[in-house]
Amino acid sequence: MLSIKDLNVSFNTRRGRVDAVCGVSLEVAKGQILGIVGESGSGKSVTSYALMRILDRGGIIRQGEIIYSGIDLRNASEQQMTEIRGREISMIFQNPRAALNPIRKVGHQLEDVLRQHAQATRYTAKEKAIEALEAVKIRDAAERYDAYPFELSGGMCQRVVIAIALACNPRLLIADEPTTGLDITTQKAVMDLVLELIRDREMSAILITHDLGLATEYCDQISVMKNGEVVEKGTPQKIFSSPEHPYTQKLVKATPSKGSSIRDLLPDGGNLPLAPRQISEFPLLAVQDLKKTYKGKSGPIDAVNGVSFKIFEGQTVGLVGESGCGKSTTSSMLVRLLDSSSGRILFNGDDLTEISAKAFAKDPRRTDIQMVFQDATDSLNPRFTARQSIADPLKQLVKLRGSALNSRIEELADLVGLPIHLLDRFPHQLSGGQKARVGIAKAISVNPKFLILDEPTAALDVSIQAIVLNLLADLRAKLGMSFLFVSHDLQVVRLLSDYVIVMRDGEIVEQGPTEIVMGQPSSDYTRTLLSTVPKPPSGLTAA
Amino acid sequence: MSPRLRAILLRLVQAIPVVIGVVVISFVLTRALPGDPAVYFAGAAADEESIAQIRTSMGLDKPLPIQFLQYVADLLQGDFGQSVYSGQPVAEDLANRLPASLELTLTALILSCAIAIPIGVLAAKNPGSFVDQLCRILVTAGVSLPTFFTGILLIYVFYYLLGLAPSPLGRLDFLYIEPDNVTGFYLIDALIAGDWETWFASLKQLILPAITLALFTLAPIARMTRAAMLSALSSDFIRTARAAGLSDHKVTYGYAFRNALLPIITTLGMVFSFSLGANVLVEKVFAWPGIGSYAVEALVVSDYAAVQGFVLAMALLFVTLNLVIDLTYSVIDPRIGFDTK
Repeated sequence: MLSIKDLNVSFNTRRGRVDAVCGVSLEVAKGQILGIVGESGSGKSVTSYALMRILDRGGIIRQGEIIYSGIDLRNASEQQMTEIRGREISMIFQNPRAALNPIRKVGHQLEDVLRQHAQATRYTAKEKAIEALEAVKIRDAAERYDAYPFELSGGMCQRVVIAIALACNPRLLIADEPTTGLDITTQKAVMDLVLELIRDREMSAILITHDLGLATEYCDQISVMKNGEVVEKGTPQKIFSSPEHPYTQKLVKATPSKGSSIRDLLPDGGNLPLAPRQISEFPLLAVQDLKKTYKGKSGPIDAVNGVSFKIFEGQTVGLVGESGCGKSTTSSMLVRLLDSSSGRILFNGDDLTEISAKAFAKDPRRTDIQMVFQDATDSLNPRFTARQSIADPLKQLVKLRGSALNSRIEELADLVGLPIHLLDRFPHQLSGGQKARVGIAKAISVNPKFLILDEPTAALDVSIQAIVLNLLADLRAKLGMSFLFVSHDLQVVRLLSDYVIVMRDGEIVEQGPTEIVMGQPSSDYTRTLLSTVPKPPSGLTAA
Repeated sequence: MSPRLRAILLRLVQAIPVVIGVVVISFVLTRALPGDPAVYFAGAAADEESIAQIRTSMGLDKPLPIQFLQYVADLLQGDFGQSVYSGQPVAEDLANRLPASLELTLTALILSCAIAIPIGVLAAKNPGSFVDQLCRILVTAGVSLPTFFTGILLIYVFYYLLGLAPSPLGRLDFLYIEPDNVTGFYLIDALIAGDWETWFASLKQLILPAITLALFTLAPIARMTRAAMLSALSSDFIRTARAAGLSDHKVTYGYAFRNALLPIITTLGMVFSFSLGANVLVEKVFAWPGIGSYAVEALVVSDYAAVQGFVLAMALLFVTLNLVIDLTYSVIDPRIGFDTK
């Protein structure tokens, strides 16, 4: 149905030509779902934009052939392409909220597409648009017709994007990271919906994702891409159980799965045993009935409602939950960036809530509690070099100066595995993994006893995530720190944590040792969360 | 009452403190001006006694708070005071001169929008193209050429050399009679009167100053349009729209342009208020009887009432303008809720 042969795409940039896709060949048969898996920069999205001919400015198809049902898409006129897009081939995108026109009612956006492809007249458009919304299982579709994207949740927006894509019954659907940026339970619902619609309408599909687990669960065929080339093709079973290319092997290993340990993620992991750690009997941090209430439009909102737990010295506690469950509010209160409404935070026996969040910056215990932030890019000052970023807390909190400061920075760089020569680079000159290392070095620079990690690997590719997770595991053994590891990714939390807390709607649903919460969860919610993790084909484990 | 109507009323109420503030500040500032209006009014030959007499008659011998109360009481009755300089009530002067300025500024703005927005859109659609270069040249020229220079240049070329334009002396050649005052805008009043000859004559007078001012206001509008369109065209939802097969026209104008309108409107509001005050130079060059030249002349001779009247009129105009812009926002962008305040 679709065949791509020897596709080459390059971009003309100010610094010369950049080849994004080099000699990619793909085939999609009727009714088949093809997965394209790769990390950022592998050219997987560019390939799909090229076949839709919606490359960004400066992007050129240099070579190759794209044939869809006998039509040569590369040489088709713009007019022909307009008819094919949406009518024959359509796309859904990541970050659904941004993918919709923010100032146009979703119903009207649907109508635009329907009328463009002559699927509806002015008189039938509204009716057809509501039908399309119903097809993607949006409740009260008639009411949602008048909604603007900002009034809908992320999952709902993605449903609208799907409705727009499928409104004109296309025969090929390209899904570009359709679940990135959505909550795990929503991810599952959205993927299941897409799968069901594809099967019902006997469509073909291309699923573009960085998540090998997701691809293996939903696809018939998988192509693995790296640096603009397809390095391996095969069925999910084959890719997962006997990957041939070294890169695929690395990728399969780096994908956290049920039985793997943190060292398994690394290509040569088994050789380095984890250093033993000591978890003392002494609670470093005890949280008692912590509450945070915000003033809302319609009455007070309990962001965190009576949370109690303990973290022992040397222990790593995982905090899991979906967006809006209060995990970020909790960690902000613990790191004393936010004042609590009531409750106590006992750190080494002292109640920290007695000191206001503002005054805590000058408190000597500021150095004991530090945080690693979610987005390594946004949390670094773009005008600071890596060295300045790491120096900042040392200068502010420990008043380190001169050569002592420099030797400490170099010691820290060594500790987090950041090459010394990268220290004088600015954030935009560093890769995602390197920025994560700078963020970690900054946080541990003042020798904290307690480190809060807020989704430290969420923005990273899996192979980089594997390295960063191992770095964190080594650091806690070496420095004897306690961690609070906040994440939405259960597999990642399981790898690093001794104890897990599951939060929902500001309350703790379940807490206990990792093996018990993950193995025999007592609450339904935890079971739901666990069941939504994409699983490799049954009976298979990572090689 | 509908929520929108209530929001508008609320905004109007919020403007009241601003107006009060302006009344106080304009009063205090004009009193702080150097120069004694009584001395000026009495003339060069006046002696101490007659100056004192005039001061008493103008109420300037009373303490400041009393003067202020008197001023506010007059204002409430719609009395802006008497201009020392023109000898007319200030309210009358303003009513004569404000429409002249507004007519000039509005014509100039319409002209510059008609040129700047299409150029900005086309430049954003084809970066690096001929239109983009043209846009860059226009913007640079508009910013770097001062209005008094372009004004004089235009007069030199079109009046002196080519003789196409009439003499740059005010709103209407002395051969014509002013149309009956309805709106104060000659173009509109002449239309209402059905007097095409006068309409054409006043258009001829208006065209050069309007072009001068338009060249100046063109730059920020074109630049903002280009930037806003560029960022709108590169956003995710444009990609979705293209992938759904919407036509290029629909994507550019229906989706991208509407989203780009917000910053453009903001700039437009800023340019408008800015040029109302800044077109003094244009008014001077073209002997345009506008409010800007009126204020400057009044300021030079410490004409308290006239300066206060001017500042107050401008403040009211700005408040109205801001309200209109805010309302336009809420029409364009549903995310801007009025009811949240």
